Amino acid sequence: MNFNLIYESFLDILKGLGASLEIIILSLFLGLLLSLGIVMMRLTKNIVLNSFSRSFVFVIRGTPLLVQIYFIYYGLAQFTAIRESFIWIVLKEPFWCGVLALTINTSAYTSEIIRSGLNSIIKGQAESAVAFGMNKFQAFKRILLPQAIRQSIPAYSNEIILMIKASSLVSVITIMEMTGIARKIISKTFAPIEVFIAAGIIYLALNYLVTVIFKKIEKKYTISY
Amino acid sequence: MELLSLGDTGWGDEMLRACMMTLAVSLCAMVFGLILAIPFVLMKLSNSWILKFIANFFTTVVRGIPELLIIYLFFFGSSAAIMFVASIFGHNGYIEINAFFIGAFCVGIICAAYSTEVLRGAVKAIPKGQIEASYSYGIKGRRMLFGIMIPQTLRIALPGIGNIWQLVLKDTALISVTGLVEIMRQTHIASGSTREPFLFLVTAGILYLLLTTFSNKFFMIAENKYSKGFI
Repeated sequence: MNFNLIYESFLDILKGLGASLEIIILSLFLGLLLSLGIVMMRLTKNIVLNSFSRSFVFVIRGTPLLVQIYFIYYGLAQFTAIRESFIWIVLKEPFWCGVLALTINTSAYTSEIIRSGLNSIIKGQAESAVAFGMNKFQAFKRILLPQAIRQSIPAYSNEIILMIKASSLVSVITIMEMTGIARKIISKTFAPIEVFIAAGIIYLALNYLVTVIFKKIEKKYTISY
Repeated sequence: MELLSLGDTGWGDEMLRACMMTLAVSLCAMVFGLILAIPFVLMKLSNSWILKFIANFFTTVVRGIPELLIIYLFFFGSSAAIMFVASIFGHNGYIEINAFFIGAFCVGIICAAYSTEVLRGAVKAIPKGQIEASYSYGIKGRRMLFGIMIPQTLRIALPGIGNIWQLVLKDTALISVTGLVEIMRQTHIASGSTREPFLFLVTAGILYLLLTTFSNKFFMIAENKYSKGFI
């Protein structure tokens, strides 16, 4: 075991922390917004919207993230129509392809988390909100959503940890975040164990931080219970 | 569509073979993972703090570190370790270990960490009174384990194991980085030589969806069968 190498690669990999965090935070934020849309589509009685949201979640949860990343990075770039359109500004950058893939992936999982949170609220609450003169959107925003969020916090903290781990996959489309740098060091020094320890410490610390923060949030939101 | 035909002209048979390979790796990994999980479950349930610490360390580290890094560790690490041993015996040169073996091993380790948690939860869900009752009826040791504990643990753990199976199926896509020709690797090869990545990635997606959907059905049938008499 070469402790010097662990220390050196630790510093090197730490340089990728910024890129990793950027990707994680951006896609978590965008994914959360997208998932709200998906949940609302799922809850409407419109058959087209409903079945679209159902099949979206089914396809995304049933295929590996790697397929989704490759699909957006290689698959879409195959068509000249896409290469000439305005979307190409986003899709030509590996960074945005990675963010897009992770956003889509997390939105499918998050929408299921929020949906089960909503399902756990007693139906009478929505009805009484309407009886008090709120329209459906107001009832959703003021009564259902806040409660659903509280219900979903533990599951969502798990999703964040899964996303931190999933962000390592964007290294396969040439993004130099932490795992990308780790891979580069391994192929240069051929010392996988040392590099693994260095990268592992950072990832574990990150996940630990998320766990601690969410324990605090959970405590705060369940005070009245 | 011609590109996906079976036989020499299309990639259809290659993709199907790769699909079988994914299934084979997943099955091996799952069996290995479940077997490996048993000692860790026992360690977590034991009273010794050091055994508990080892088991907790294992599950926390494996579940907290990206799967890709774990695969890199074993893929590069194992051949380095074996070459080191070989160099002691005077063999200098590159030794490559079978990609199938490494892949099943890596995913199996990941599967073991998740299964440990699921099985531990299932064991804990069995009321303590049952053990006491079986003691008072004179059912002890192996008979209690195989007659009372294990059947119930499996029934309670079945939904969790189904989830882990889905995870394992999807994690095998990552083994493609080691060069094993499973669905993802074959897709990469095919789209590289035909320049039709879109078509082959959609095919790969459909193959994965088929695998996950069918196994979901299978687990649902199993769950219904084993929860007979409950609910």
